[in-house]
Amino acid sequence: MAKIDKVLMSGNEAMAEAAICAGCRSYFGYPITPQNELLEYMSAHMPNAGGVFIQAESEIAAINMCYGAAAAGMRTMTSSSSPGISLKTEGISYIAGADLPCVVVNVVRGGPGLGNIAPAQGDYFQATKGGGHGDYHMIVLAPSTIPESVELVMLAFELADRYRGPVMVLADGMLGQMMEPVVLPESIDPATLPAKQWAITGARGREANLVTSFYLDPVELNEMDVRREERYREIEKNEVRYEEYKTEDAEVVVAAFGSMARISRTAVRMARSEGIKLGLLRPISVWPFPYEPLRALSRRVGTILTVEMNAGQMVEDVRLAVAERAETPFYGQLGGLVPSPNDILREVKRYAG
Amino acid sequence: MDSTFVFAGFGGQGVILAGKLLAQAGTDHGLHVTWLPSYGPEMRGGTANCTVVLSDEPIGSPVVDNPGALVAMNLPSLDRFEKAVLAEGAVVINSSLISRKVEREDIRGLAVAMNDIAVSLGSPRAANMVALGAVVKATGVVPLDAVKGAVKKMLGHKAGAKLVEINERALDEGYNAV
Repeated sequence: MAKIDKVLMSGNEAMAEAAICAGCRSYFGYPITPQNELLEYMSAHMPNAGGVFIQAESEIAAINMCYGAAAAGMRTMTSSSSPGISLKTEGISYIAGADLPCVVVNVVRGGPGLGNIAPAQGDYFQATKGGGHGDYHMIVLAPSTIPESVELVMLAFELADRYRGPVMVLADGMLGQMMEPVVLPESIDPATLPAKQWAITGARGREANLVTSFYLDPVELNEMDVRREERYREIEKNEVRYEEYKTEDAEVVVAAFGSMARISRTAVRMARSEGIKLGLLRPISVWPFPYEPLRALSRRVGTILTVEMNAGQMVEDVRLAVAERAETPFYGQLGGLVPSPNDILREVKRYAG
Repeated sequence: MDSTFVFAGFGGQGVILAGKLLAQAGTDHGLHVTWLPSYGPEMRGGTANCTVVLSDEPIGSPVVDNPGALVAMNLPSLDRFEKAVLAEGAVVINSSLISRKVEREDIRGLAVAMNDIAVSLGSPRAANMVALGAVVKATGVVPLDAVKGAVKKMLGHKAGAKLVEINERALDEGYNAV
């Protein structure tokens, strides 16, 4: 195997570095395990990149600093873990309402409440179905390896700018804490990014720009909301991302995202070595969700088993896609427990053959 | 083909670092690698472990049900993980602190007096390096030189040449002990 220049990094560090590579020059955060290394990395490296690092007084302050930086046209990011993301949802709704690009990383931990610091996926509903108030969506990208975390953080900034809205990278404690070799991407110089004509940069010599989510007149608010919904439809058309693994001849398919998907991948190999025709469908974007590929799959496989580190959240989207065309059982563990390949294989065997 | 390792001991014995060095060595050797720590409030004074996977193909699960090699630096670690080791797998036992042998007959038990060897080198804290040298020999997945390179890369800037040298000697001693 050829030796290429790879760096062994934790997911938290890699996502921070990827943001800097993407031209992010403002980061605002507040410590919480298991995402602390992201904040720590930013504190060490953002100043060297000529950017702004602030450890805010609270999560709410941090997300509102992002609101300000985004309004001024900067690429900006915050990160946290589940309870901290709950605090940020008010700000995320404002940012969505003001049509501002912003990247939010959630390194999900056990919940609800303070929960614990172990890996979990219990924030799927919060991430994909709103979380904050009002009619808004975030593009939500769910990496399953550290190299992919780097790729998706880069993509998150691009999509946030293109569609003018918050984009979430939905990781978990395992992806944040584990290490894997990555090839770091080429850095984008923020000065080479297209100018944001709508940004608040000082109105000398031009008409003033307005960034707000406040429209007292229902007709005016309706108009803004409808225009945003049109953008969401465009996102649903253009930005669905997913991966299929050994589904061509599969009789049973596991549907899983993030860490659970890579663990399921090993279960697929184990099942195949025992003659069980198992495949994997992995949503990479969980909003927009890959309804169509699942619909197509449900026409030719008997069972689509959803595996998550929660009580069954993504499975609702799987069932929306599949309707009654295939069996759609669910397997999950709660409390920050991580199902192993053996656990998944045992479950698969209940439906195979 | 995946080569899978669990390094386990009590907090402070350096199992997390030993696993990291193996992961770095694998990376430098051009392999696919995952390193997964147990993390949490229970680590200080309690048990700590990490799981390392090295492979010539992309790695699926970093979570391993049945490791091919176990490094047990204290008795609770051996008690907990022995039953999980793959048949034909290797178990490197810290015989300075563990008086028993492996109970199973289908695995290889390798006793290495990790603390005693480290003390004889004048560096009691290098027991984890002795362990790493031993497991590298027992599995042969990466050459010892790759691990030495990883030590230089990860520790060289912190503590300088002296620490690197002690760790290299500890690696050699562990390597030659099995």
